[in-house]
Amino acid sequence: MKASTSPSAVVAAASEPSMLQEAWFALRQWSKLFLRNKLAALGLFLIVLWTLFAVAAPLVAPYAPDATQLEAKLQGPSGAHWFGTDQFGRDIFSRVIYAARISIWTGLIAVGISFFIGVPLGGIAAYYGGWIGNLIMRVMDIFLAFPSLILAMAIAAAMGPGLISAMMAVGIVGIPEFARLMYSQTIYLKEREFVEASRSIGVKDSAILVRHIFPNALAPLLVRITLGMGFSILTAASLSFLGLGVRPPLAEWGAMISEGREYIITGEWWLVTFPGLAIATTILGFNLFGDGLRDVLDPRLRTSRK
Amino acid sequence: MTALLQVRNLKKHYPIRQGLLNKQVGSVKSVDGLNFDIYEGETFGIVGESGCGKSTTGRSVLRLIEPTEGEVWFQGRNLMELSSKELRLLRPDMSMIFQDPYASLNPRWTVQRILEEPLQTHQSLRTSERKQHVQELMERVGLSSFQANRFPHEFSGGQRQRVGIARALALNPKFIVCDEPVSALDVSIQSQVLNLMQDLQEQSKLTYMFISHDLSVVKFLCTRVGVMYLGKMVELAPKRKLYANPLHPYTKALMSAVPVPNPKAKKERIVLTGEVPSAKNPPQGCAFHLRCPIATEHCRSVQPEWREADEEHWVACHNL
Repeated sequence: MKASTSPSAVVAAASEPSMLQEAWFALRQWSKLFLRNKLAALGLFLIVLWTLFAVAAPLVAPYAPDATQLEAKLQGPSGAHWFGTDQFGRDIFSRVIYAARISIWTGLIAVGISFFIGVPLGGIAAYYGGWIGNLIMRVMDIFLAFPSLILAMAIAAAMGPGLISAMMAVGIVGIPEFARLMYSQTIYLKEREFVEASRSIGVKDSAILVRHIFPNALAPLLVRITLGMGFSILTAASLSFLGLGVRPPLAEWGAMISEGREYIITGEWWLVTFPGLAIATTILGFNLFGDGLRDVLDPRLRTSRK
Repeated sequence: MTALLQVRNLKKHYPIRQGLLNKQVGSVKSVDGLNFDIYEGETFGIVGESGCGKSTTGRSVLRLIEPTEGEVWFQGRNLMELSSKELRLLRPDMSMIFQDPYASLNPRWTVQRILEEPLQTHQSLRTSERKQHVQELMERVGLSSFQANRFPHEFSGGQRQRVGIARALALNPKFIVCDEPVSALDVSIQSQVLNLMQDLQEQSKLTYMFISHDLSVVKFLCTRVGVMYLGKMVELAPKRKLYANPLHPYTKALMSAVPVPNPKAKKERIVLTGEVPSAKNPPQGCAFHLRCPIATEHCRSVQPEWREADEEHWVACHNL
């Protein structure tokens, strides 16, 4: 017995795939699944495209976003100005590109606020339960009772208009969604035996939440983050449209639509159409990607869809 | 023999709340007044059908769920009176092996990390020392140490249960609650795991509380056995006495249901009629009287006393 174990152990070790190979294999499986869902791939493409525009805005945009050329105001799309110019003669294409920076930043920061406040709140509420849990979740219910845009408007108005308060308002409005998702995940995970096993060892509650429950809840949270990006960008644009977000002359899609809306009647359609398309494609990208991500991460949905 | 663990009047009642004001309208008496001692070095079995409160008992004893009432004395201290911090400091002396080896290991952790967790929690070791400790643990339970970097899903059920056992052993406990540790495994694997548990008990002078619904497994492993029915213990005796001479009618019925390997052996089966009553609304008097073949009027109204019918042989029945 002793003699036969060592060679077989060597064989087992040799046929053992390396960590790198395994990771590569997992990545390939994962991307295959993902690309099979063509809409999700389109979503990813849109996200990457807009992120690239945002990062490389000075290289992509042919003009400065706030350069006025009054002699060329309200011109339709042409070779010189692909998306036309606005009432001050600013190049709309350049402004749309620069505005992507603001929108993507807004999305990231707002989702970051929602995530880093909502997830701990939901986790604590579910894990400890009792009156603390009730208090937290009832406050979340109150937040959810308001239409999200109205609530964001109220918060942004209270803090005074501006980019920062718009980001924070949108972030705060998103907290309950994350809290509720983490709450339901924690309720399910805290009864699992591996959590009980850690408790039986004497691991502290805070460590159980961080080490065991949070990593196992990450997949649905990741989906929520992606979908939350779309929601945040849209809400922030809405705030700017209503004059509660970005102040002129900064380029922002919602603000651009707001400024250009009176020209729809007189026929200068490009003022609102292009920023509108930018918003639509960005949010479409995040939503399609989020749905695809959910399918990949949730094996139960994987088989039910062809 | 000295008692390592003494349980006195242990109760776990789950409140049933209803209505807008969350008024308590009743309670599920999952565990309802248990008294027993577990001696050092023995394997104390608890048997009973599903829902009789076996697992609740095991978890209450370790205070993984808060019992409603009662005392649990472990090494001279009443666990029920300890603060959560004091309890944490006592955790290394007691641990638990779980029923489902698929659910009891964090799917995102490697075996190395799973086995390291108890060491990290209670000891300050250097990384290399921890690594070595984990390797020793794995070899003690019959796993190869080169498998340490694998994830639970890469193991078979039996191997996973060995990981669960290794985790329970990591801090050299004195007392381990085993909650149906083999009932999720194939029969062929069951005996391997049981043998392993027995070997480990001899090596490390462990005391087990072994929860099971499988009477033959209990017979193989346990020194004394308690039989539970509807949250109460109906009989408690050394294994030999219980299997040779069951006194309580419920135990008799259970014993007669154990399959015998000899097909020609004649056996009288006692088939119980009816269902187990709900623990929400247990019957008056003896909990078993609705299904008992020898119940009398007395059983319907008066709860039988928990008494020592024979040396070390405890039973709760009026009609002996």
